[in-house]
This record gives sequence, structure tokens and C-alpha cells, in this order.
Amino acid sequence: MFRNCTLSALTALMLGTGGAFAAGGEAHVENFSFSFEGPFGTYDQMQLQRGLQVYTEVCSACHGLKYVPLRDLEALGYTEEEVIAYSAFYEVFDPELLDGEGDFRPRKPTDHFPTVTSAGAPDLSLMAKARAGFHGPYGLGLNQLFKGMGGAEYIASLLTGYTGEEKFEAGTVLYENTAFPGGWISMAPPLYGEDVEYADGHSNDLHHIAEDVSAFLMWTAEPKMMARKQAGFAGVLFLTVLSVLLYLTNKRIWAPIKRGAKES
Amino acid sequence: MAGIPHDHYEPRTGAEKWLHSRLPIVGLLYDTIMIPTPKNLNWMWIWGIVLTFCLALQIITGIVLVMHYTPHVDMAFASIEHIMRNVNGGHFIRYLHMNGASLFFVAVYAHIFRGLYYGSYKAPREITWIIGMLIYLCMMGTAFMGYVLPWGQMSFWGATVITGLFGAIPFIGEPIQTWLLGGPAVDNATLNRFFSLHYLLPFVIAGLVAVHIWAFHTTGNNNPTGVEVRRGSKAEAEKDTVPFWPYYVIKDLFALAVILAVFFAIVGYMPNYLGHPDNYIEANPLVTPAHIVPEWYFLPFYAILRAFTADVWLVQLASLVTGGIIDAKFFGVLAMFGAIVVLALAPWLDTSSVRSGRYRPMLKWWFWLLVIDFFALMWLGAMPAEEPYASFSLIASAYWFAYFLVILPLLGVIEKPLPQPETIEEDFNAHYGKSSEAGSTAATPAE
Repeated sequence: MFRNCTLSALTALMLGTGGAFAAGGEAHVENFSFSFEGPFGTYDQMQLQRGLQVYTEVCSACHGLKYVPLRDLEALGYTEEEVIAYSAFYEVFDPELLDGEGDFRPRKPTDHFPTVTSAGAPDLSLMAKARAGFHGPYGLGLNQLFKGMGGAEYIASLLTGYTGEEKFEAGTVLYENTAFPGGWISMAPPLYGEDVEYADGHSNDLHHIAEDVSAFLMWTAEPKMMARKQAGFAGVLFLTVLSVLLYLTNKRIWAPIKRGAKES
Repeated sequence: MAGIPHDHYEPRTGAEKWLHSRLPIVGLLYDTIMIPTPKNLNWMWIWGIVLTFCLALQIITGIVLVMHYTPHVDMAFASIEHIMRNVNGGHFIRYLHMNGASLFFVAVYAHIFRGLYYGSYKAPREITWIIGMLIYLCMMGTAFMGYVLPWGQMSFWGATVITGLFGAIPFIGEPIQTWLLGGPAVDNATLNRFFSLHYLLPFVIAGLVAVHIWAFHTTGNNNPTGVEVRRGSKAEAEKDTVPFWPYYVIKDLFALAVILAVFFAIVGYMPNYLGHPDNYIEANPLVTPAHIVPEWYFLPFYAILRAFTADVWLVQLASLVTGGIIDAKFFGVLAMFGAIVVLALAPWLDTSSVRSGRYRPMLKWWFWLLVIDFFALMWLGAMPAEEPYASFSLIASAYWFAYFLVILPLLGVIEKPLPQPETIEEDFNAHYGKSSEAGSTAATPAE
């Protein structure tokens, strides 16, 4: 499970350059159909739970989620007790313990997911939003607009995009990946398929695991997406009704003035 | 007020008289809201209300955001995530503020091009135009500094690049840049002063908006014909105008509601579409993004900045003449600011006696070419600095300057304008009256 921890600090910097926006030689990003796409798309709770499992068993070895509070996991359908139990998996250094000397204790739901820096791997909290940048034809973002393609697609494509080729360069092993800009990534293939055993019996081949963890990372990046869409919908609905009323009011107010023009 | 003759507020009750003799504020509000407005204004005259709304929206959402934001390099990015995750409705307020900036610029560009087409900048409205340009400059400053506050990668590198422009000024550039940044590089001092100014400038804009409105309430609105309202008597003025309330308030509110419906769809369904994904990576001075791209509303001027490279003969000439003081970088900076200066000087560069583009057969073509040029520059600004984009940028930049410095002065001399209507009333009746009577001079209205 810890085989993906080979990132050196140098190549971690390469990852951080946001190369996903590279123009020319656009890397290939596959269009997955996620449940959260489109104006009425919602997160699939079961998929997010499976994604959390993949993150916990594989990704969390090297990657942190430092901006995500553990208590937010209740949004995935877990009970308070389950979230408390899950949080306790991770330790945190608490400077107030032992009369101010500080000591490690299990995390509580009020804590965040851990910050992992040891492997030099980037934090994944916002990765699904930070990698939404492959802007389709001529930089106009058309794939994003029409196909709903975003960072989740990029992550899933990256996880399934390894060709198996390797090369040794500047003291690091690089792996060929069709989704990564430039084609060579320093992260070893983290998933091969059947890496986790799903409790709900859902298929655990590479494609599905990658899809599930990408959906989970979309949730960590944008946990309020559903509330946002609802508020947006209410706004559009209200403003449409208001527009109609104002249109009729306007027509009525101007009628005598325009009639005056006709009779002149 | 020296403007169009109209009824003024008369205090009636004792309380009204008491207040009016001490502070004539009700009278001021009445005269402002009841101002006679040309009755032939078209849908391009709605942007003023949209802009006023945007300013209010940005100030109100901004004040709420400030309550939860921390202007410190170690905490700014995390405090934005705190707003997005923990603050009640914080995610929506922030997205409103982010996209509100885009709506603000959509509206201001529509407003500016409206003014360019209908000659709204021409005498006697030069002051209105200049104040408008100052508002636009303040908006750009505010938007730029606001974009730095989330302390993402684009925030940091955008700030580095843009403040670097000041460093290109010969001799005094570097001290100015250091002074702006509060140090040798973009750091905590920069973030703090940008935060302070980002909070201050909107109120400066609000003050300028008041002066902008004051100025055009003195001269009266321009209108699609460019023909002035008749001011001989109140009765004559009333044939050309309607009071702002309720006629234009309701019309503008209708337009605003439609625009906001689109705006809410964007905020609700694709709030990050107009932003740059790299700004969801925390600022890192050690890692330069592959492409540093400003927000879309700066792209046309960013394209002009980058267009003048060292291999352009004009740049080489400038360098030769000034003995190398004006190098390519400084030339680009001059061109970028110059692009806005020529825009501001439009009232004095346009030599035509006809105000509205509707009656200027040649200007029409050049004007629409300028609009296309503007969008072309916007697209080119987002493209990497390589061929063929570099050459296109140069051509598009050249046209921007040519429009203001060559075409506007020349057209006034060579163009033969079409006949204009005598009065606004005639134009209005031609549009809404029976077509057979369209040409005839207006009789008394029925009212």
C-alpha cells in the first residue's frame, strides 16, 4: 500500500507547477461521466464512501487533505460515531497535552485530515479544482463548458493513464503517463486494480477505483457543491419570475408614451 | 441645476419645510430620481444601473468576507478555505464576490463601447467621460489587488509580474517597485497593503460614481441620436424626455433582473469557469506556473503589453532615439498605459461634429472593427507568447492605437454624415409611430 511514496522534493515541485494548463502537446484527458456533472448533478454518497476508502488505504500514505475537517465526513452519510472512530485512525500532535509539553493523541472530528509532507507529495484537498485547467480547443474551456470536464476527469485519467514505461532521469525514476503534461510523472502507479475490497461489492477494477477516488477528491475540493447549485437554482428561478413581472410592468408603464408616438 | 427645465421638489407640510430649509436632501433625491431623461434611450443605456448594482454587491459581499479573512501570507489561503467550508453560506458569498468582479467588467466594457459608438464622450460630456475613465482605472486596481488576496499561485505571480511593470520605468522604477511592494519581493507587506487598498478603493469609486452622475445630470444624458434635448421651455423639454422614475428605473431593473438570472446560473453552476485553476494552489515563491495569465478582463491590455518585443522596429527606433532608456519592456508598459490614455482622450481626438455613430456611415465600420479587435486582443492575451500570436498581437495593438490616433481625427474631415433627426421626439415617433408618418415633423402629443 505504500509503494507510491517515491516522490522526491524536486519532482514534487514539478507537480506543483500546474502544468495541466500546458498549451501545445495537450495531454490526453478522458471524459468520465460523473454523477455531479451538470446543473442538477449531485454527489453519489456510496461512491464518495468508496473513494474515501481508496484514499484511506492507498493515497493517504503520501498525500494529505489538510483543509478538510474530519467532521465534514458526516456529509458522506456516516454517523457521528463512525466519524469519531474514523478520525481516531489518525494521530495529531497536541501542544497542550502533558502540561504544555505536547504529545500525540488520536484525532477528533473537530480536527482536520492530516497534513502529509514526508513524501513530498502535494496536498490533495483542492487538487480537483487546481487541475481543472485543460481548457479544450484554443483555451476557451469548451470541454469544461460542454462536457462538464474538470479536475476529477484529470485525476481519473492520470490514475489510469500509466503506460508501464519507466525511465531514470536526474536521480529519479519517471513513469510515462498519457494524462500528465509532458508525459512523464514521478509518482509511481498508485493503483493497479483490485487494490481495495469494497464492502458494497462494487467493481474494484482500475477504472472504477480511479473514478471513485476522483469523485471523492472532487468532494474534498468542493464540499458545498450541492448547496451552491440549489442556491443558484433558487436565484435563477426567482429572478426569472421577477424578470417577467418587471417586463410586464415596464410594458404597461411605457404604453401611454408609445401610444402618444402613434397618435402624433 | 442648470440642466433641462423640469419641476422641482416643493416642500408641502410643515415638517418638510422645516427639513428643507435646513438640509434640502429630499429635494436633492427628488431632482436626481425625477431627472428628465431622453425617451429614446435603447437597451445599451441599462449598464449604468448594472454597474451601480455591481459596486453595491461587491462592497456588501466584500464586507462579509473581510470578517472571516486573514491577511497574512501563512493564513490567507487557509482562511479562504475556512470561508468556503466552515462559514455559513461563505462559499456562495465568495463566489458572488469572485464572479461579481467579472460581471462588473462585462458591464463596464459594454458601457464604454456604448459611449464610443454613440459619441457620449463628446462635448459637453468630456468630464463625465474622464471621471468614467478614472472609475475604470480604480476598478482595475481594485480587481488586481483583490485577486492577490486569496494568496494562490496566480495571486502571487500575477502580483510579481504586474508590480514588475513599474520596475521597468527607467531610473526610478526599482525604488517605486520596492515602495509598492513594501520590500524587495511580493511578501506579507505586499499582501497587507493590497488588502488595505482593496478595501479603500471601492469607496473612492463610490465617490467618483457620485461625481460621474452629477456630471451627466448637469449635461443631461446622451441618447442614440446624439441630438440634444430641447431646453427652450419645460413644455418643449417634456416632448423629448420622460422622468427617470418610473420609466427608466423599471426598464433598467428589468434588464438587471435578466442579467442577474444569467449571473446566478454562472455562480451556481460554474463559479470557477472564469478563474484560473492555479489559484487553488497556495502561493509558492519557489515554483513559477507554466503560464502566468491575468484575469480575462485584463487580457486585452496584457496582450498590448506583450506585443511590443525587442524585434519590433518601432521599439528599436524608440530605443535608438532615447539612447536605450526606452527598452522593449518599458515600451510595452508605455503601450499598455497608452492604450487607456488614448481611450480617455477620445473627446479631443474625435473631430466629427456628429455625435452618434448611427449617422456616421464610415465610423460604423471602424467601430465594429474596434470591437472585434478588443475581443481578438482578449484572446491573444491568453495565448502563449509565441508565433503566430505575437504577430497577431502586434497587428491588433496597432489597430487599437490607429483607431484613436488616426481614424477618429481623420473621419471628422473625410466622412459625409447622414441627416440627423431634428429632435429626439421626431426619432422616438419615427420608431414607435406609424411608418407613414415617420418622416413628418411631430404634432402635439395626445396627452
